[in-house]
Amino acid sequence: MQYLLKRSGALVVTLWIAITVNYALPRLMPGNPVETMFARYQGKVSPTAIHAMELDFGLNTKTGELGQYVDYLRHLASGNLGVSFSYFPAHVSTLIGETLPWTLGLVGFATILAFLLGTGLGMFAAWRRGSAGWKRGSITDSALVPFGLMLGALPSFWISLILLYFVAFKFGWFPVGGGVATGVGLLTLSGFGSLIHHAALPAITLTLISMGLWILLMRNNMLTVLGEDYVKFARAKGLRDRSVAVHYAARNAVLPIFAQLALALGIVVGGQVFIEIVFSYPGIGFLLLNAVENQDYPLIQGIFLIFTVTLLLANFAADALYVLFDPRVRVGARQ
Amino acid sequence: MNWREFRHNRRAMTGASILGVFVVVALLAPVIVPYSPTAIRFTPNLLPDGAHWLGTTVNGQDIFSEVLWGTRASLFVGFLCASLISLIQLVMGVFAGYVGGLFDTVATAVTNVFLVLPSLPLLIILAAYLQGGSVFVLIAVIVVTGWAWGAKVLRAQAITLRERPFVQAARISGESRWHIVMTHIVPNMLGIIVSNFFGAALFAVLAEAGLEFIGLGNINDVTWGTMLYWAQEGNAIFLGEWVWLLVPGLCLALVGTSLGLLNFAVDEIANPRLRRLA
Amino acid sequence: MSALLEIRDLTVGYGWRFPPAVTAVRNVSLTVNAGEIVGVAGESGCGKSTLAFAATGLLDAPGRVVSGSICYDGTEMSTLSREELRRLHLESVSMVFQASMNVLNPVMRIGAQFRDAMAAHGVSSKQEARRRAEEAFDLVKVPRRFLDAYPHQLSGGMRQRAVIALALVMRPKLLVLDEPTTALDVVVERAILQSLDELRHELGFGVIFITHDLSLLVEIADRIAIMYAGRIIEEAPARELYDHPKHPYTIALMGAFPPLQGERQRLSGIPGQPPDMKDLPPGCSYAPRCPHFMPGTCDVIDPPEVVIDERRRVLCHLFQPHESTRV
Repeated sequence: MQYLLKRSGALVVTLWIAITVNYALPRLMPGNPVETMFARYQGKVSPTAIHAMELDFGLNTKTGELGQYVDYLRHLASGNLGVSFSYFPAHVSTLIGETLPWTLGLVGFATILAFLLGTGLGMFAAWRRGSAGWKRGSITDSALVPFGLMLGALPSFWISLILLYFVAFKFGWFPVGGGVATGVGLLTLSGFGSLIHHAALPAITLTLISMGLWILLMRNNMLTVLGEDYVKFARAKGLRDRSVAVHYAARNAVLPIFAQLALALGIVVGGQVFIEIVFSYPGIGFLLLNAVENQDYPLIQGIFLIFTVTLLLANFAADALYVLFDPRVRVGARQ
Repeated sequence: MNWREFRHNRRAMTGASILGVFVVVALLAPVIVPYSPTAIRFTPNLLPDGAHWLGTTVNGQDIFSEVLWGTRASLFVGFLCASLISLIQLVMGVFAGYVGGLFDTVATAVTNVFLVLPSLPLLIILAAYLQGGSVFVLIAVIVVTGWAWGAKVLRAQAITLRERPFVQAARISGESRWHIVMTHIVPNMLGIIVSNFFGAALFAVLAEAGLEFIGLGNINDVTWGTMLYWAQEGNAIFLGEWVWLLVPGLCLALVGTSLGLLNFAVDEIANPRLRRLA
Repeated sequence: MSALLEIRDLTVGYGWRFPPAVTAVRNVSLTVNAGEIVGVAGESGCGKSTLAFAATGLLDAPGRVVSGSICYDGTEMSTLSREELRRLHLESVSMVFQASMNVLNPVMRIGAQFRDAMAAHGVSSKQEARRRAEEAFDLVKVPRRFLDAYPHQLSGGMRQRAVIALALVMRPKLLVLDEPTTALDVVVERAILQSLDELRHELGFGVIFITHDLSLLVEIADRIAIMYAGRIIEEAPARELYDHPKHPYTIALMGAFPPLQGERQRLSGIPGQPPDMKDLPPGCSYAPRCPHFMPGTCDVIDPPEVVIDERRRVLCHLFQPHESTRV
């Protein structure tokens, strides 16, 4: 419990730092893009509207730097992330709200699938090698490692392009882009089916590229665990192989994964941005690209903030789950 | 780091060989390209044939020449970024871990801040804010986003080594801190440091290509990433020019895999538990 | 009545080729009978752990039995199927390792680790398993409530006792202990050894006790075998080994630790190093360090196993059969 409290404290601090960095970033860049942007709108929008936008964006030059920062924090607390330049007058929070569910669905599904497949394969490979007997090493393991490495080295945008070309364009099995067929209501059955159909290729791609890391991580963890005394002793007790593999080896091999989750999530987030771009999938990564191309700073800032906060929360959740799974942390020291 | 073990490790040698081929190509590119990679005088959108082994792009450039030339950019950026990242990690990770105290506290705080920010979005945003452009901007951005995680790992290892008797003995005998780090700590962590180097190179190569693909690099440069950018712009998919799509990315994947193999193999050599039983 | 365990001419090596690159155990013969404690002593690397693992069928690749036989109650181990070998563990022979922090599964409660062991050997009722586990804990004098604890919550001594309890829960006939008390302080060590001795009398199992601590063995073992470079170079009843060591190595070992009482003695170490097991010289492995080295004999011919009487044997050129004095 104490551990969780400490981690919560750390989470709050880190959140604050992330928010502050996010705030400071565009203001630190050369040429102060923020103010340059407003120059674009001169003459197109009425001065009162510009002033309102400036306030929204926290650019009220009357109150000075610290005042702007405080305003920014206040806006944040009320969920106001400013107004987008390129989708004017849509609010950033609205735009994010529309696209985030698409991304979360895709990422959530693909991550879970990649995790299950990857750790399963990694465990299997390590177990086969551990029980290799007189062979120098099992073929499964020797093949799986380069396979995992290759998966991790595939540029996500490239694989997306290749799959898009061959599977979607040439063979026509999947649509060539978009999140759902136009004009179809999402809540209908055919709408849902269309959703899945459109999400299939992005999901497959994302799963493929994130699987590699899980395979390697789990394999390495498993191999380390298999060398531990308790596995040997489990065998000495006459337990069946399956028992040893699952209850003694795998259960312990999974624990370090929680700490390695941060790395995996970083890869997933990166891959997902490119995948959305190539497949024109209406998620937050696609939105980011548009924001970048249009130099839409409020939108960029808002998206970045969401990315950061989500990752932080995910890491925190992983930490909390770790406490649940490792009795050494949960139950405490000797009696 | 044991050279003999490296030579006998199949994965290391495979990775080194693949990478070696690309290095040779990069060095010899000016000599072996059949045409100038930037020349746009050829008939556009040709499929592979005798004169153009991989066909031509929508702008009339020879794809094969472009691919050969693109090796230079990827390897240059990859290794330069990896070197810079390793240098930063040496200071912020190894040195900070060893000396402890205020320097370490500050360094760790900075590292944690960078760890909090998601790499790829940050990469994109920084490149966008700085208006992309030259390759040096890309290098700077990649280095800034890529050093943090490895630094944390190196710092943890340095802290472990700090407690070893031979290090403490050196400390008592009055050697300077940098001297101790370079002669005692680093040689004993060489495995992880080298492994990190290859990992950083992998990140750099893919990050550079990714940014160029979105158009944040200099789109007039000839690199594998910009090739894919132009392929996307030129609607290669709809024109059925799959070779244009396939080859630059395949090269990226091969270079990436070789770096991954090296990263993995060095890690294996340094960590006996993971080694093959041979 | 056949011996509990009879090892005959066992050779064990490590490596992928045949013959293996390193021979860790060479032509070792050892017999253990019910109710007796046989000690195996030797320096690090002499092969005693390899012997233990091979004898219990727990040898992992690249280790392998090259030649020789291992018989449990008359049954040759190599003839057993995988399932039979699995059942052998814990029911017939139990192995106890040094109770490092990690010898028990850190994420399972101790009681659960008893339960799964028993379930693998036919005890499927939870209540029955619990009863037996509690009984076992009583035997080793660990409070029953620790069955619900996690391994990290126990002290080193208690953990070792818990492991011994686990080893005994199916009432095996033979217990193989590999450095069970090395990491514990002497007070705890003594208490555990005392419990072990009592249990041995009460339950009648045989014990192989492996350690580098010869002084310990002299106190608790019935018979002691000394290993050097993969071979048993001397075997004798404990007291006789202490009073009248024959092999030069044994004599040197005896001189290396002081008695608790009596006059102060000058301690002697043994000059030199044990041989490299990958590159064994011909003849006697101890020859380079032996004060009685006979050139032309000791470095050329393998030393013969001299049976001095039905309970003593020694591997040395200095002795002839049926003589208890040196040549």
